[in-house]
Amino acid sequence: MVDLIMKDILGTPAILVGLFALIGLLVQRKNSGDVVSGTLKTVMGFVILNAGANVLVQSLGQFSSMFDEAFAVEGVIPNNEAIVALAQESFGTETAMIMLFGMIVNIILARFSPFKYIFLTGHHTMFMACLIAVILTTGGFSGASVIILGSIILGALMVLSPAMLQPFTRKVTGSDDFAVGHFGSIGYFVSACVGKSVGKGSKSTEEIKVPKSLGFLRDTSVSVSLTMVILFFIVAGFAGPSFVEAELSGGQNFLVFAFMQGLTFAAGVYIILAGVRMLLGEIVPAFKGIADKVVPNAKPALDAPAIFPFAGNAVIIGFLCSFVAGLVSMLFLPLLGLSVIVPGLVPHFFTGAAAGVFGNATGGRRGAVFGSMANGIMISFLPALLLPVLGSLGFQGTTFGDADFGVVGIVLGNLIRLIQSNMIVGSAILGLLALLFLLGWKTKTNENKSDIDAA
Amino acid sequence: MKKVLVVCGNGLGSSMIVEMNVKAALKDMGKDAEVSHTDLTTAKTEQADLFLGSEDIVESLEDGNKNVVKLKNLMDKNELREALENNL
Repeated sequence: MVDLIMKDILGTPAILVGLFALIGLLVQRKNSGDVVSGTLKTVMGFVILNAGANVLVQSLGQFSSMFDEAFAVEGVIPNNEAIVALAQESFGTETAMIMLFGMIVNIILARFSPFKYIFLTGHHTMFMACLIAVILTTGGFSGASVIILGSIILGALMVLSPAMLQPFTRKVTGSDDFAVGHFGSIGYFVSACVGKSVGKGSKSTEEIKVPKSLGFLRDTSVSVSLTMVILFFIVAGFAGPSFVEAELSGGQNFLVFAFMQGLTFAAGVYIILAGVRMLLGEIVPAFKGIADKVVPNAKPALDAPAIFPFAGNAVIIGFLCSFVAGLVSMLFLPLLGLSVIVPGLVPHFFTGAAAGVFGNATGGRRGAVFGSMANGIMISFLPALLLPVLGSLGFQGTTFGDADFGVVGIVLGNLIRLIQSNMIVGSAILGLLALLFLLGWKTKTNENKSDIDAA
Repeated sequence: MKKVLVVCGNGLGSSMIVEMNVKAALKDMGKDAEVSHTDLTTAKTEQADLFLGSEDIVESLEDGNKNVVKLKNLMDKNELREALENNL
């Protein structure tokens, strides 16, 4: 019986997440129809996510084989959805637990500290929970210590990240109504600082006429399809038709094969996103409902696109400059002995655009250009440096994309590597977080120093 | 029962927040409607009485028979309420 509960029920991440949704629905006193449908949809979302991972991983494998044949180095496609979905098989239970308790820690910290932020970007909460679970487990932590330490780290990041950006967010939105809750924030922070230093007297991006023709890239599945097809074409071309047709495609023309594999990858991402959407559909609103009751004057921390309308041109400029910086970085990575990080349109679009908006707020056009370029360099080098601390998960041909995942993973992973004793590592991490809180508390405005530490 | 669909690029973050705001606004207005959120690709094949989203995203949904409202500021509750009052 104990075995059934502990291993079969709680050890199945899909059921575990379903239980969280069930509790959330019951706490909100929803009617029985809502409870049943909400719970089932949450469990199904998790199953869909795994199904998407299976579709995507085949195409990733083909990409890796071709890339290796073509350039004799490892090529990695950073994609949060992909790596999280792949990680669920081994780290599902830890991810779900850290996510739930991390949300609770977020509420507690918002209640009792001056940082009243409630982090509502549910998919990023899940991705960060997953990253922390992987790093701690790979570093030799196990059982309850992973969950306890992990959820404290996650909950702290959920308030520190919006808090760090808030002075700049106020500048962007002209109000204090909401914060930005997104784990690309270190990139935006750097962008805003770069903007400050280069942008003296530069006019706002919003006074330029920018063509709207890039709007179609806002559609994630279109931009993933387009990038992946182009990438597969290029890599298949370099690997050569004879290799592809003999080794991989079973005789199918190499370009047709590349086209279909690129779209298979995109289809995998689309399925995973649909799964994540269903999975979070009940959990995030429940989290917000509970937080609003517990934390007086709670401030919502929202997904990055919430700030896009405040500077429409900076969004386009930021994406382009970030992407260009990513392409240039790609050429430098192998020279430093790092894996090649293939720049993706999606991470560059979302984080580059947000970096552009922040850079524009502090430094006008020049700020938007150089700030988003800084972000583009960061999201090329950080994912490459993160790979070694991901353990066996680092060999799947994909990795986390946005800046905070890289920084948090690298700092945590190397702390664990340097210090032998788990007790000391745990204390060091908690000490570091406490220090960041004190820093933020004292200044309520962030210095570069705390940013580097926070990261 | 009227149906409202909130759309964003990924169908994950901002559209979910706006969906919560729509539900709260409808409750205030004493109206009832089915509200959900999704990504742009999926939205193109969905049926709803009202499509909501930020300007740069939902303009590509306009095909002449969909009722699309382009929000200037996703987080502005007054703008949202006005859109709902005029369209439901």
